[in-house]
Amino acid sequence: MTLDLAPLWLTLKLASLTTALLLVVGTPIAWWLSQTRSRMKQVVATLVALPLVLPPTVLGFYLLLLLGPAGPIGKLTDALGLGTLPFTFAGLVVGSVIYSMPFLVQPVHNAFEAIGSRPLEVAATLRASPLNRFFSVAVPLALPGLLSGAILAFAHTVGEFGVILMIGGNIPGETKVLSIAIYDHVESLEWTQAHWLAGGMVLFSFLVVLSMNLLGQRMRQIGQDRVST
Amino acid sequence: MIELDVAFRLDRGNFTLDAAFTAPGIGITALFGRSGCGKTSILRCVAGLERASGHCRLDGETWQDDAEDIFLETHRRPIGYVFQEASLFSHLSVRRNLQYGMRRVPATERQIDFDEVVDLLGIRAHLDRNPSGLSGGERQRVSIARALLTSPRLLLMDEPLSALDHTSKQDILPYLERLHDNLRIPVLYVSHSPDEVARLADRIVLMREGQVQAVGPAIEILSRLDLPLAQDTEASALVEGHVRDHDDAYELSRIEIPGGTLTMGRLDRASGDRVRLRIHARDVSIAVGEPERSSILNVLPARVLEMHEIDRSHLLVKLCTAGEPHPPLLARITRYSRDRLKLEPGQEVFAQVKAVALMD
Repeated sequence: MTLDLAPLWLTLKLASLTTALLLVVGTPIAWWLSQTRSRMKQVVATLVALPLVLPPTVLGFYLLLLLGPAGPIGKLTDALGLGTLPFTFAGLVVGSVIYSMPFLVQPVHNAFEAIGSRPLEVAATLRASPLNRFFSVAVPLALPGLLSGAILAFAHTVGEFGVILMIGGNIPGETKVLSIAIYDHVESLEWTQAHWLAGGMVLFSFLVVLSMNLLGQRMRQIGQDRVST
Repeated sequence: MIELDVAFRLDRGNFTLDAAFTAPGIGITALFGRSGCGKTSILRCVAGLERASGHCRLDGETWQDDAEDIFLETHRRPIGYVFQEASLFSHLSVRRNLQYGMRRVPATERQIDFDEVVDLLGIRAHLDRNPSGLSGGERQRVSIARALLTSPRLLLMDEPLSALDHTSKQDILPYLERLHDNLRIPVLYVSHSPDEVARLADRIVLMREGQVQAVGPAIEILSRLDLPLAQDTEASALVEGHVRDHDDAYELSRIEIPGGTLTMGRLDRASGDRVRLRIHARDVSIAVGEPERSSILNVLPARVLEMHEIDRSHLLVKLCTAGEPHPPLLARITRYSRDRLKLEPGQEVFAQVKAVALMD
C-alpha cells in the first residue's frame, strides 16, 4: 500500500490559510456586529450565518458561477490578469473563507458582546483611541473567543467536501484535499488507504473538540473570576 | 481662573435632562440628588461618553459646542473618570492598569508622579497583583490612581463609594480627603449620600428630576431649609475655623470659629491649622438664657434666622453665630420646644452644641 500524503498537506495548508484570512476578515465583521446599532446588523449577521444552513453544493454552485469566466468576479480576476479561480487552490481558499465564516464570526461576536461597553469606556477615558481600544482591550479580553473561533474555523475547513467538489474538483496537488482523497479511495475500493485517512480524521476531530471543551471550561472559570471581582 | 461651564439638554422619552451650571476650577463640586435625577448623565456628557445637545467648556477650552459643531471625543478630553465599579482591566496587572492611561499621555504633559500617587492611595503592596485578588476598596483605590495618572485637568467621579460596603467606604474616604488637600485638580463628584457630600464637597450642584435645583458653596446649600439636604435626618451644618490650642490635661482641642470657640476631643492638628467641622442638626439644642452648669461645653451666642417644619412634631431652626461671616448652624427641635421658648426669627439665643465632627 502506498499512502499519498499530498492531500493531507494540502488540507493543512488550506485550513491554515483560511483561518488566518478569517481572523483578518471575520474579526472586524464580528466587532462591527457587536458595536453597531445599524439596522443592517441583522441582515449582515444572517448573511454570515447562511453557510450554516445552505447545502454546500448550493454555495459551491453559485461560487462557481460568480468566479467562473462568465461570472462578474471571474471577469474581474481575468481582467486583472489573475485568471479565473475555479479549479485552483486560490479558488478553494475563497470558497473556504466564505463557507467557514460563521464558525469564526459567531464565537468572536459573542466574546466581544460579553465584554460589555464598560471596559471600552474606561479605555476611552484613559486616552485610548477607538483602534487602540480594539487592540489593547477588546482583543485581549475576547482572546478565548478568538481562539475557539479559530479552532472551529480550522476544523470546519479540514472537513469541507461539497464546496470543494463544486469549485475545486479533484486536481492532485492543487485541489485534491483530504476529504476528496478519502472519497476517491473508497470509489476505487482502496479501503486501507481510506481507513488511514478517515481514522486520522476521527482522531483529529476528537482532539479538536476536546481542546474546545477544555478551553470552554477555562473560559467559564475566568468568567466566574470576573463576576466575583 | 479655571472654570467648568456646562449646559446639557437631553430628551429620552420619560426622562428629560436640562441642566446648566458652572463650577470653579478648584476643589470638589458635588452633583447631588436622588438616583435617576440625571447626575450620572451630566458626568457622562462632560466626559463625552454620551452626547446631549449644549456645550461644555473647561477653562475656556471648548469640548463641546453645538453652535460651532464641536464635539471632542472622550479620548481627546483631558479628564480622569472614576466609575461606580472600579472596572479594572482583568487582563492586566495592577501596575499595567495604572500605566494604561499614563503611557497614552505625552511625557511632557505628565504632571503626576507614579510613585506619589501609588503612595497617596496606599496601593504599593498590590502593584504586581492581579485585580481579581483585591478587595473592593483596594480596587477602587487603584481605579482612582489610574485616572489620576493621566494628569487630568478635571476628575470626574461617579459615586465611587456606592458599590462598597461600609468598612471599605470608611477605608477610602481619608484617601479622597488627602487627594483634595494634595492635588490641585478640580473634581466633579456625583453622589446621593448627604454624608459624603458634607464630608467632601466644597460646592454643591443640587439636582432634581433632570434639572438644577440650586448651586452654591456647600456651607450654604447644606443649611438651606428649603432644600432637601437640610430636611434629611443627617442634616448638618459645616463650620470652618482654626485650631486655637490644646488642653493637655484633659486631652481636648479648642477650635476658634466665627463667633465663638468649640471644644472637642483632641485633634491631631497643630495650633493655627485650618479645620472644617460638621455639626449635625440633631446635636444642637437651643436655650433662651445662657445655660449654667451643663455638661455641654459648647455654647455659642446665636440668632434665629428662620424655621421650617420637617414633620408633625419636629422643626428645623436655622441659626447664625455672632461673628463675621455668621456661619449658619442647624438645630432640630420639637414644635413643643419652639412654643415653650416662644422662638421667633431674629431672636437672640444660645446654641448648645453636643457633638462636633472633624471633616478635614
